Amino acid sequence: MTGTNRPSPPKRLEWQLAQVRDVVAETSRVKSLMLKPASWPGHLPGQHVDIRLTAEDGYQAQRSYSISSPPEDELLALTVERMKDGEVSPYLLDELRVGDQLELRGPIGGYFVWTGAAMRPIYLLAGGTGITPLMSMLRHRDRRPSRPPALLIYSARTWEDIVYRDELGAMMRRDSGFRLVYALTRQQPEGWTGHRGRINKSLLSANWCPPALNPTIYVCGPTAFVETAAGLLVELGFDPLSIKTERFGPSGG
Amino acid sequence: MDEAHISRGFKSKRHEQTTKDRVPPGQHVTTEFPILSAGPTPQAKVADWSLALQLGGSLLRKWSWVEFEALPQTMIKTDIHCVTKWSKLDTTWQGVTFDDLLKTAGLSEPPEPYVMAHCDGGYSTNVPVADLVDGKGVIVTRYEGLPILPAHGGPARLLVPHLYFWKSAKWVRRIRFMPKNERGFWESLGYHNYGDPWKEQRYDGD
Repeated sequence: MTGTNRPSPPKRLEWQLAQVRDVVAETSRVKSLMLKPASWPGHLPGQHVDIRLTAEDGYQAQRSYSISSPPEDELLALTVERMKDGEVSPYLLDELRVGDQLELRGPIGGYFVWTGAAMRPIYLLAGGTGITPLMSMLRHRDRRPSRPPALLIYSARTWEDIVYRDELGAMMRRDSGFRLVYALTRQQPEGWTGHRGRINKSLLSANWCPPALNPTIYVCGPTAFVETAAGLLVELGFDPLSIKTERFGPSGG
Repeated sequence: MDEAHISRGFKSKRHEQTTKDRVPPGQHVTTEFPILSAGPTPQAKVADWSLALQLGGSLLRKWSWVEFEALPQTMIKTDIHCVTKWSKLDTTWQGVTFDDLLKTAGLSEPPEPYVMAHCDGGYSTNVPVADLVDGKGVIVTRYEGLPILPAHGGPARLLVPHLYFWKSAKWVRRIRFMPKNERGFWESLGYHNYGDPWKEQRYDGD
């Protein structure tokens, strides 16, 4: 891992144009942009891209978005949530149309990734749109001939706020190796028998893979969610080094 | 692509444009303090905390929390720039400069040109010594006058504010001098080896 004996100088990740092929409304606050980049080297589930917007007067804004599509798909999907008073997300959700060009570079990130090479179980915890990079992992897993067991605990405000709900439901029905647990924090549908409120120790201890199975753990969501979830997992006996986290800071979207 | 593509219909929403000499390219100002870490937040107790200065495999000096707190304290007010594109202006910190650390360890000059900062939680980052001396690097223990929260790197973190903030390693415990510029955690995972925000050195090859 030293930089001194590298075979060739690192190649810069260049900005490129991607064409918007489709825009999918996922929930009232979330859309997926389906993009066709000019040249795409492929990505690993969990990686992200940088987006750059340029106004007529030269003003630029950059943001990072996780990739939600698996490497197998032809189009690159970015799932974007509307940020209150945001500058970039309202543009992507309200202004961007099919046929437009969007400037991006990537893929970026080599730690919060799952290649599917190991058969260790994967244990995923999502808070809100933190599901995005985890969805890329689940979709990739779903397309593989042999799959390690997977568990997803997904915390959303309401039933309507669950992104990819139909797809996750279908995935669970056809795959006994995939367990899906929802926690609804603000409002629950009538007759809801699942978890109410934020995730807690009893939810995690009722739904987990034993540390002895050596799962790879991915936690993604808003800072408070990740701090809580990762802290509980350490309390439950998981090796901190087996817990990979990605925090969505309130960075002005 | 040499020239940026104009995004049809995109306009700045920022009413107060912070002057460009404060905010590096591709960054935007936030008043929040976002948290980004690769794993769970370690909860180190100051009673168990120590900071070691190491040359190769040998220990040069080690400070307990009490000893470290007794070292000369420096206040610093600075802007910080995270590679994930937020910048935060006028943050204030307090701690011990790298210069004072060397002096206390009895070193008249740095023994090697690079260091690796090793941290609780397995994190590491590499920094040239030239970017730490002359007041440029500080081991900080206070943020805005208060002990640094664990999520923000407490009890002690490195502060090298002229580089992207991942170089300001949280939970620092050991500083190891090295003759060659070995890569740390993010530097081995596609991020830039040096990380100058003003040159937008985010990723390898930038």
